[in-house]
Amino acid sequence: MNLVLSPEQQELRDTVRSFLGTVSPLPKVREGYDPDVYARLNGELGLSGLIVPEEYGGSGAGFAELAVVLTETGAALLPGPFLATTFAAIALTRVPDKELLTGIAEGRVVATLAQPAGDDGLVAESADGGVAVRGTLARVLGGMEAGVLLVPARTGDGMVLVAVDLTGEGVTRTPLETLDITRGQARIELDGARGRVLGASPQDDGIGDRLAVALAAEQLGVLRASLDSIVAYAKIRVAFGRYIGSYQGVKHKLADMHCKLEQAESIVRFAAWAADESPEELPAAAALAQAYVGRACFEVARDHLLLHGGIGFTWEHDAHLFYKRAKTDEVLLGPPRIHRARLADLLEL
Amino acid sequence: MNLDVNLAEYRRTARTWLEANARADDAQEADGIARAKEFMARLYDAGYSGITWPARWGGQGLTQAEERAFAAESRDFTLPTYVFSIGLGMTGPTLVDRGTDAQRERFVRPLLRGEEIWCQLFSEPGAGSDVASLQTRAVRDGDDWVVNGQKVWTSVAHHADWGLLLARTDVDVPKHKGLTMFVVNMRHPGVTVRPLKDMSGRANFNEIFFDDVTIPDEHRVGEVNDGWSVAVTTLLHERLSISSGVGMGTRRDDPTALDGLRRLVDTTDPLVRDELVELHIRSRALALFNQRLAQETKAGVFPGARGSAAKLLLAELTMYQADLATRLAGPSAVVGEDNPLSQAISLAPGMALGGGTNEIMRNIVGDRVLNLPPEPRVDKTVPFKDLKVGTQA
Repeated sequence: MNLVLSPEQQELRDTVRSFLGTVSPLPKVREGYDPDVYARLNGELGLSGLIVPEEYGGSGAGFAELAVVLTETGAALLPGPFLATTFAAIALTRVPDKELLTGIAEGRVVATLAQPAGDDGLVAESADGGVAVRGTLARVLGGMEAGVLLVPARTGDGMVLVAVDLTGEGVTRTPLETLDITRGQARIELDGARGRVLGASPQDDGIGDRLAVALAAEQLGVLRASLDSIVAYAKIRVAFGRYIGSYQGVKHKLADMHCKLEQAESIVRFAAWAADESPEELPAAAALAQAYVGRACFEVARDHLLLHGGIGFTWEHDAHLFYKRAKTDEVLLGPPRIHRARLADLLEL
Repeated sequence: MNLDVNLAEYRRTARTWLEANARADDAQEADGIARAKEFMARLYDAGYSGITWPARWGGQGLTQAEERAFAAESRDFTLPTYVFSIGLGMTGPTLVDRGTDAQRERFVRPLLRGEEIWCQLFSEPGAGSDVASLQTRAVRDGDDWVVNGQKVWTSVAHHADWGLLLARTDVDVPKHKGLTMFVVNMRHPGVTVRPLKDMSGRANFNEIFFDDVTIPDEHRVGEVNDGWSVAVTTLLHERLSISSGVGMGTRRDDPTALDGLRRLVDTTDPLVRDELVELHIRSRALALFNQRLAQETKAGVFPGARGSAAKLLLAELTMYQADLATRLAGPSAVVGEDNPLSQAISLAPGMALGGGTNEIMRNIVGDRVLNLPPEPRVDKTVPFKDLKVGTQA
């Protein structure tokens, strides 16, 4: 098990951190998705192709590297479809498709992945060389920005993963008002939208576990940036003639938040390692990552907001951006209890 | 690859040795000193004591990898090593770091081989969290020092041959600048060890009285009045050894851990399941953090004050675990002779007090990890003799 970053991974971290600090600082984050930033992220750093296998033009990196990158995009609250496209790329590493993987690696294709629950599923019927997809998806991450939607759909031959062209006919996209103003979601209605079957979509394809690990890495970044922000403020804000960070009432809370950061980072490294090296440990590691890191991230984002005092409750301050991203991420893959229930099952309780 | 093969071989050999030498009836905290000493000598002679310590002073000169491999194998056994834990985890490493060559030559090997037992003499009735305000005096008398005063919370002192003693050698300077570290002979006349019962009913620690106890100057560790910096070394080792459990082993039959609890409760009850999941999450989170610190240490990044975060988390987990186990077990948790759950809930607060309270750990994490501004101090510049210390109405 490897829980420590290699020198190369540290370099990747530093590169992404300084890049985002320059091209996507928080004032810019408030303006939302900027396709130019997204293009540079992929063009200059090649991040969209990070986990795409080399044979499809990507870097062929593992989850250890992906986690490093997502932690930084999370810390920067990067707007736009980077996480959505990463989710799609994760699915495509399990069900490979040359055209899409190549497109993602080159930064041409913006994609997203939806995992509708139970009966909300979509139906795909054969239609001139591909499939026609019908059904409604209530919430799709990056749904307005993506050109391609990957989604499981029911056919006569069982569940398949289809790639739907979101720019074609039969697609109605409605942007949703979201708690997190930095990253959008959309309602997508498909009425005979053109799609292509990529392969079978079994229940236990391991995609869900990998999404959980990827999201936990982003949450680690949100947690870390929240803590960094309030620690910096506690060193300059004065009350009653003293820096607020010198009061135990503040200092002890920050120490507890640091403890959460240490444990969250350890879990994310472990889960990323399991995704790369230890498939048998991955399900429990992924559930642990969401159960612990998702909660810790929200708690730290909440306390960082509170410790700012009244200014933290204002629209103009950035604290609420972290708070809202943390809450949105905590519920992104479903109500958090599902991760706990999964752990209970995996522990054979 | 070759390294991995060697390590696997190391583990196999260690396992074989443990199977042959650990006894099923051994208890970690047994007062059977003869058995403990006999076991420790075997452990040393087999090369499993002081695995990472310098070979020059009697250690094995190996790496964290071997130490962890041995620790991993020994988890399946209960080793009677508790009485040596202070020496192995705290006073020994301090001597290796800060002692003179003569002191290392004299003390380290017998410590590693279990021939001599060590205790640590820092805390006093008036100086716990604020240990630098201690009042035990050491006064120079030719080539000797004469010690008078009282220490408290001293684990294994009733078995100890030697103690690492922090005493005041100058009252005319601020409190941190008038302390000196010594090695004191616990068998010396004038040393009185009185057992102190803790809240579990057991005498796990002691109070110690020093009446005109002489210490030769060659048993001074570090410079005169530089004892605080030596103490900081010891305390760092203490927190690390507590959080990683070095020398203490982990109980294979901990009744408050998940494996014990799941046999005790109805795991089909959804409320119980969720509590057990929470226990798993917290235990894994801390275990992985400790593993990460160990890997960083191996890679040359010394955890320093982050060890205090691990110690704080362990204290919280210990109390949470004992509390949860007793709640899940219900009325049976609090009755019966030597009930392990009653023991666990009685012992749990100790982890949050010994080795620095949770509040002190939070101060350390805040000050030295997050570099937050320090609390304004009224005791840094005042000569010790003019300072308020202890309990004052």
